[in-house]
Amino acid sequence: MAELSGMRFAETHEWVKKDGETATVGISEYAQSQLGDVIYLELPAVGQQLDAGARLGVIESVKAASDLYSPVGGEVTEVNQELKDHPEYVNQDPYGKGWIIKLRAVKDNPKLLDQKAYDAFVEGQSH
Amino acid sequence: MVVTAARTPLYEEHVRLGAQMTNFGGWVMPLQYSTIREEHRAVREAVGLFDLSHMGELRIADESLAQRVVSRDVARLKPGRIQYALLCDKDGGIIDDVLVYAMPDASYWLVVNAGNQDGDFEWIRSQSSGSSPARGGGQGEGSVLNVGREWTLIGVQGPRAVGLVQRLTRSELGSVKYYAFVEGTVADVPCVISRTGYTGEDGFELFCANADAVRLWRALLDEGQSDGIRPAGLGARDTLRLEAGMRLYGNDMDRDTNPLEAGLDWTLNLDKDFIGRTAIIQARERGLARVLVGFKMLDRSIPRHGYRVVSDGERVGTVSSGNVAFTLGYNIGMAYVPPALAEPGTQFGVDVRGTAAPAEVVQLPFYKRPHPK
Repeated sequence: MAELSGMRFAETHEWVKKDGETATVGISEYAQSQLGDVIYLELPAVGQQLDAGARLGVIESVKAASDLYSPVGGEVTEVNQELKDHPEYVNQDPYGKGWIIKLRAVKDNPKLLDQKAYDAFVEGQSH
Repeated sequence: MVVTAARTPLYEEHVRLGAQMTNFGGWVMPLQYSTIREEHRAVREAVGLFDLSHMGELRIADESLAQRVVSRDVARLKPGRIQYALLCDKDGGIIDDVLVYAMPDASYWLVVNAGNQDGDFEWIRSQSSGSSPARGGGQGEGSVLNVGREWTLIGVQGPRAVGLVQRLTRSELGSVKYYAFVEGTVADVPCVISRTGYTGEDGFELFCANADAVRLWRALLDEGQSDGIRPAGLGARDTLRLEAGMRLYGNDMDRDTNPLEAGLDWTLNLDKDFIGRTAIIQARERGLARVLVGFKMLDRSIPRHGYRVVSDGERVGTVSSGNVAFTLGYNIGMAYVPPALAEPGTQFGVDVRGTAAPAEVVQLPFYKRPHPK
């Protein structure tokens, strides 16, 4: 599993990790476990501008279709093409090869939670 | 919020196996133990084990009552045989889809959907007033009994299911045909051994007393290790039944659907009287405005219950079930469309978040198990 330190989370269960000018976005372990078998993702086009909290696409599991939201603002520079043929990577490795998009020109979002706060948030939700 | 969902006798087993639980039809049931994909594959390639105890069982002792409420001619059913049939209301709407078991004591067992159990029971009872008293009992005994909570039902499904159950019983399973049953023991547990299922695979459904449920479940899991057995939840049950083209009550049919629209003509014996018969005959004479079809998606989008079917920019129908077909490698669904769009090969759109995703009508079932040599 990828290094979680430096990762921050939205209450809508996406994570973001900044690495220099680039931010990588995916969904949390909790989110993938709640969704179950991911079978399809509808993702934005490269070049698209996203605001923090804007809908970035749709993730479909066997159970249901759910919206994905961008935890930070920025311009889409890459979408994970591997997920087209292997959507199950989101389940198997949500913080690694199950990443979803990369952004540049990132505008930060002060409302994001660090891992400890996110874990507490999830704990609170499941009770 | 207070959720009062019933637990089956196998609840603790599911928790111990790490199942994700879900509420279904008033019961808390395993949704999945590992992943739906893996459980689905285990059933297609090896064997899966299902807790189906949420299903209801009703016992009707009075044949004339059974004839009145069931869409097929139960008198043609020999003891030890099973038929798939419908309960319809007087307007021909489908109240439930059921399995009818002809028991050796001349009574009939109906295996009914979990969420419909109590409604079916009340409805059948309300139809029993005009019939003769139950055999062996007076009116006070009731001509229909709601016995679902006394029984555990365990499904053993997949190409290795018959061999697995055979190793645990002295009953000669080779002589138990599809849609037939015998009474016997499995792992020393007295069972009704029923060659039925809702997965498109061969296998059995085993009815046993609640007190024996854990013993039977564990024995099957242990003995099935060498077969690659996996416990399978309701998630896989749904993707399996969809591939097999089997309708799900509440999704693909309900009281607003008549059996002809649902493509279930073969469950009707219109030459005998039953509730709904007249309305169904009238509907046939009027002609149908919509029929259930199977379709495959021509792109990667996933059809879902309630999505619109569109043709030439107009809404023409509704998806009743849809999902990925793991075994086939594409996405499939069933939908109600006008008869003019029902021929295999016909193309229409499925409105997926505002886009008409291309789909093509195909013959049901989507998946048919390979016949053993």
